[in-house]
Amino acid sequence: MTRPGIHGQRLIAVFLLGCLLLNYPLLYLFNVSHRIFGIPVLYVYTFSAWALLIALTAVIVSRAPD
Amino acid sequence: MLTGSVIVLASFVYVGLLFAIAYYGDKRADAGRSIIANPYIYTLSLAVYCTSWTFYGSVGRAATSGIGFLPIFIGPTLMAMLWWYVMLKMIRISKANRITSIADFIASRYGKSQLLGGLVTIIAVIGIVPYISLQLKAVSNSFSIILKYPAVASADSQTTIPLLADNTFTIALLLAVFTILFGTRHLDASERHEGLVAAIAFESIVKLLAFIAVGVYVTYGLYDGFADIFSSAVEYPQLRKLLEFGGSSVDHVSWASLTFLSMLAIMFLPRQFQVAVVENVDERHLKKAVWLFPLYLLAINVFVLPIAFAGLMHFPAGNVDADSFVLTLPIAQQQSLLTLTVFIGGLSAATGMVIVETIALSTMVCNNLAMPLLLRLTVLHLHERADLSKLIVGIRRGAIVGVLMLGYGYFRLAGEAYALVSIGLISFAAVAQFAPAILGGMFWKGATRRGAICGLVAGFAVWTYTLLLPSFAKSGWLPISFVEQGMFGVSLLKPLELFGLAGFDDITHCLFWSLFANIGAYIFISLLTTQSIAEQVQAALFVDAHIEPRRPRAESLRGDASVNELIMLLGRFLGQRRARDAFAAYALKTGAKSAKELKPDADLIHFAETLLAGAIGAGSANVVVASVVQEEPLGIDKVMNILDETSQALAYSRQLEQKSRELEVATAELRSANQRLQELDRLKDDFVSTVTHELRTPLTSIRAFSEILHDNPALDLAQRAKFLGIITRESERLTRLINQVLDLAKIESGNAKWHAGEISLREVIEDALSSTSQLFSDKAIALELKIPGDLPTIVADRDRLMQVMLNLLSNAAKFCADTGGRITVRCALVADGLRVDVTDNGIGISAEDQRMIFEKFRQVGDTLTQKPQGTGLGLPICRQIIHHFGGRLWVDSAPGSGATFSFVLPRDCIAATPAPSRKFGT
Repeated sequence: MTRPGIHGQRLIAVFLLGCLLLNYPLLYLFNVSHRIFGIPVLYVYTFSAWALLIALTAVIVSRAPD
Repeated sequence: MLTGSVIVLASFVYVGLLFAIAYYGDKRADAGRSIIANPYIYTLSLAVYCTSWTFYGSVGRAATSGIGFLPIFIGPTLMAMLWWYVMLKMIRISKANRITSIADFIASRYGKSQLLGGLVTIIAVIGIVPYISLQLKAVSNSFSIILKYPAVASADSQTTIPLLADNTFTIALLLAVFTILFGTRHLDASERHEGLVAAIAFESIVKLLAFIAVGVYVTYGLYDGFADIFSSAVEYPQLRKLLEFGGSSVDHVSWASLTFLSMLAIMFLPRQFQVAVVENVDERHLKKAVWLFPLYLLAINVFVLPIAFAGLMHFPAGNVDADSFVLTLPIAQQQSLLTLTVFIGGLSAATGMVIVETIALSTMVCNNLAMPLLLRLTVLHLHERADLSKLIVGIRRGAIVGVLMLGYGYFRLAGEAYALVSIGLISFAAVAQFAPAILGGMFWKGATRRGAICGLVAGFAVWTYTLLLPSFAKSGWLPISFVEQGMFGVSLLKPLELFGLAGFDDITHCLFWSLFANIGAYIFISLLTTQSIAEQVQAALFVDAHIEPRRPRAESLRGDASVNELIMLLGRFLGQRRARDAFAAYALKTGAKSAKELKPDADLIHFAETLLAGAIGAGSANVVVASVVQEEPLGIDKVMNILDETSQALAYSRQLEQKSRELEVATAELRSANQRLQELDRLKDDFVSTVTHELRTPLTSIRAFSEILHDNPALDLAQRAKFLGIITRESERLTRLINQVLDLAKIESGNAKWHAGEISLREVIEDALSSTSQLFSDKAIALELKIPGDLPTIVADRDRLMQVMLNLLSNAAKFCADTGGRITVRCALVADGLRVDVTDNGIGISAEDQRMIFEKFRQVGDTLTQKPQGTGLGLPICRQIIHHFGGRLWVDSAPGSGATFSFVLPRDCIAATPAPSRKFGT
C-alpha cells in the first residue's frame, strides 16, 4: 500500500457518492409508504445503498496494488 | 435451568475464556507466530466500536426513531472510505514516532508539548469515563433482567445493592485484572498487545453472532421473515410513523450531524485509535478493513429494525424498556439458551469496549499526566532513581484500576440519571474536539501549538457548557433554571439555544457551536502565532509523512551523549535488560558490531527518544533524553544553525549569480582584448608592409646604380664616383632605417636599455648643436639659443635625450627656409617641469599633418613625387623616448609660419641638487 493514487481518488468519489445517497434529500425520495416484498422502500433503499457502497469500496481496493 | 448461579458462572467462564485467548495470543506472539497479523482480526478488533450501546441501545433507538439509529453506523462506513488517506497517514506517523495514544499524537505534532498532551488526556477522561460507566450499567441491567428469568421485567436500579454483592463490580474488577495482565505486560506501550487484540476480536465475533442469532430467531422464529414483521407492524397505528423518515424524532439535520459526528468518533475515540493505529500490525491490513468493517456494521444492524418492531408488538403496554428487547424477547419465549447467548453477547460488547478504552485512557493518564508531573516534581529526585520501570508499570496499573473504578463509581453515583443514559453521543461530541487539531495537524504545516491549545480549550469549554452541564441539570445536579433561563438568567446564554440558535437538537447544536469555537480559535490563533523550531520539525514530520520518512537533519539540534549514558537512562525506565537488548538490536540493524560501537549521533538519540516515548510519552521522553543529551532548548546558536542550512542554499544561488555576472564581465573584457589584439595585428601587418616598402626604396636605387656600374665599365670616373656616392648614401640610409626600426621596436617592447644618470640639459643641447653645426653652416642658418643660467640638473639617459635633440634639430634644419633660415632653441623651467622648444621659420605644418607626423613612416609632403628626406621614424622614436621619461612631445605650427617642436620633462626627472650654473651664449 504505497502512496494513495488513483484508487484513493476513486474511494473519495465513492465517499462523496455515499454522502449524497445516504442523506437528505435523496433519502426523502424513498420516504414513501410503499413496500417492496413487504419491506418499506426506505429500509430497502437505505440498506441496499449501504451494501452498494461497501461493494464499490471492495472492488476499488481489490484492484489497488499492495 | 437458567438460574442465577448458572448465569454468573457462564459470565465468569466467558471472562475466563477471554483470559485464555489473550494468553494464547501473547504466547503465539512471543513465539513469533502472531495470530492477529491478518486483516480479518484487524477488522474484528476495529469492531470494538460496537459497544453494548450498539448491542442493546440500537434497538432502543430504533423503537423510538425508526431508521434514526442508523447515522451512527453510516458515518463510520463513509469514513472508512477516507481511511486510505487519513488513517494510513495516522498509522505511518504513529509508527515512525512510536505514538501510543491520541494525546501523544496531538502533543507530538505540536512540538512534543506536554501541556497539550495533558489537556487532551483531561478531555478524554472527562468525556470517556462516563461512557465506560454506561457499559458497566448495561452489564448491570442485563444481569438484573436475566436473573429474573423466566419473568420478563425491566432492569432494577442496581445502585442500591451492596458493593461486594454486585456482579457488575466483580466484572469490573475482573476486567481491571485482565487489562493489567494483558495490557501492561510490556512497558513499551508501542509494542502491541497481541493477546488483548485477539480477545477483542473474539468478542467482536461473539457479539455479532449473538445479535444475528436473536435477529434470526425473532425474524424467522417469531415471525415469517422481514415482510411478515413489517406487514404486521403496519397494523399498529403508533408504529406506522416509525416506518417513515421524519415521522420520527430524527430530522434530516440531525441525521446529517449524527453522521458527521460518528465519522469523527470512529477516528478519534481513544479506543478506536488504540485498535486502528497503535495495535495495527501491518498498514496493508487497512486495505481489507475499509470494506470489511462497514460490512460488519451492516451485518450487525440488519436485524435491529425487526427486533425493535417485534419488541414493540410483543410488549405493547410499554412496561418493558426498548433497550432490553434483545434480551426480553428470548426470555418471553422461554428460550434459555438464546437468552444466555444474548446475555454473553451483550457482555462481550461491553467488556471489549471497557478493556480497550481503559488501556487507551490509562496510557494517556500515565504518559501525559502522571509522568510529566512526577518528572517535574524535583523533590522526588526521579531523575536520579536507578530503575523507573517498576514505577511506570505501577502508575499504569494504577491508572487502569483508577479509570475502571472511576467508571464504576460514576455508574453507582449517576444510576438512572439522564447524564449517564445520554452519554454515548455526548462522548462522541467530546472526542470530536480532537478532530481539528489532528486533521489540521496532519495536513496543514502552519498550525501552531498555541492554536491547537486554544482550539481544544475553546471547543471543550463550549462542549461543557452546551452539552455536559445541561445533562447535569437534567439529572437534577444543577438547577434546571440554568437550562431554561440561561446562565444568570440571560436568555442569550441558554446552553441549549446559545445566542438564540434554536431549532436544533442538543447534539447538533453543541457540535455546531463547539466546532465553530474550536476550528475558529485553532485557525485564528495559528495564523497569529509563530511556530518554534521544534514545532516546525514535528509539523514537517507529520504533514510529509507520506513521503519517505526522511527526518530533517537533526544533527544541528542535538548535543552529545555517550551511548552508555543513554542505555543507562533507558534502563531506568524500561529495565536494564530490555534497554541493552533494544540497543543491541539497533546496533545490528545499523551495521555496528555491538552497542558499544554505536556513535551517539542524532539518529541514535532519536531512536532512544522514540523507544522511551513508548513508555512515558513523547513529551516526557523529549525532556528526559534532553537531560542526558544536554540538548539545549534551542538556543540562539542552534536556531542560527538551522537558519544556516537555509541561508547556505540561498548563498549558493547568490554565488552562482555573482559568478555568472563575473563571467559576463570577463567575457566582455576578453572580447575587447581580442579586438585590441586584432587591431594590433593589423597595425603590425601595416608596419611590416610599410617597413619593407621603405627598405625597398634605397635598395632599388642601390641596385640600379650598381647595375649601371656593372654594365657600363666605360663610364667616366666622375660619373662613376657620383654613382658610388649615391650607393653609399643609400646604404647609409638603409642602415639608419634598420637601426631606427630596431630602436623603435626595442623601446616599444620595453627591451631598450636605459642608462639613467645626472646630466645637465644645457650640456646635452650644446653637444647636440655642435654635432649638427655642419648642417646649420651648410644651409647658412642662424641659430639662437635661449637657455637660462640656473637650469637644474636632471636624471635621465643622456644618449636618448641627445637622440631626441639631434632629431629635432636636424628636422628643423631640414625644413628651415632655404634663405634666411633661423632656428631658435629655448629652454625654460615651467610649472610641470623643464620645457625645451625648437623653433624654425620654415614652411610650417598643416593641422592634419600635425597629427600624422608622430605616426610611423609618415612624412610631410607627397612621398611619391618628392624624394623622402628621412626615415619617417625619427619623431615617433622621439615621442616614445619622452614618454618614457614621463613627459610629452608636441608641435605648434601653422602653414607658412614655421613650426615649434616642444617637449617637457616632468619635475620627477629634476635632480635634487642643482648643477653648478655656467654661462653660455652664442
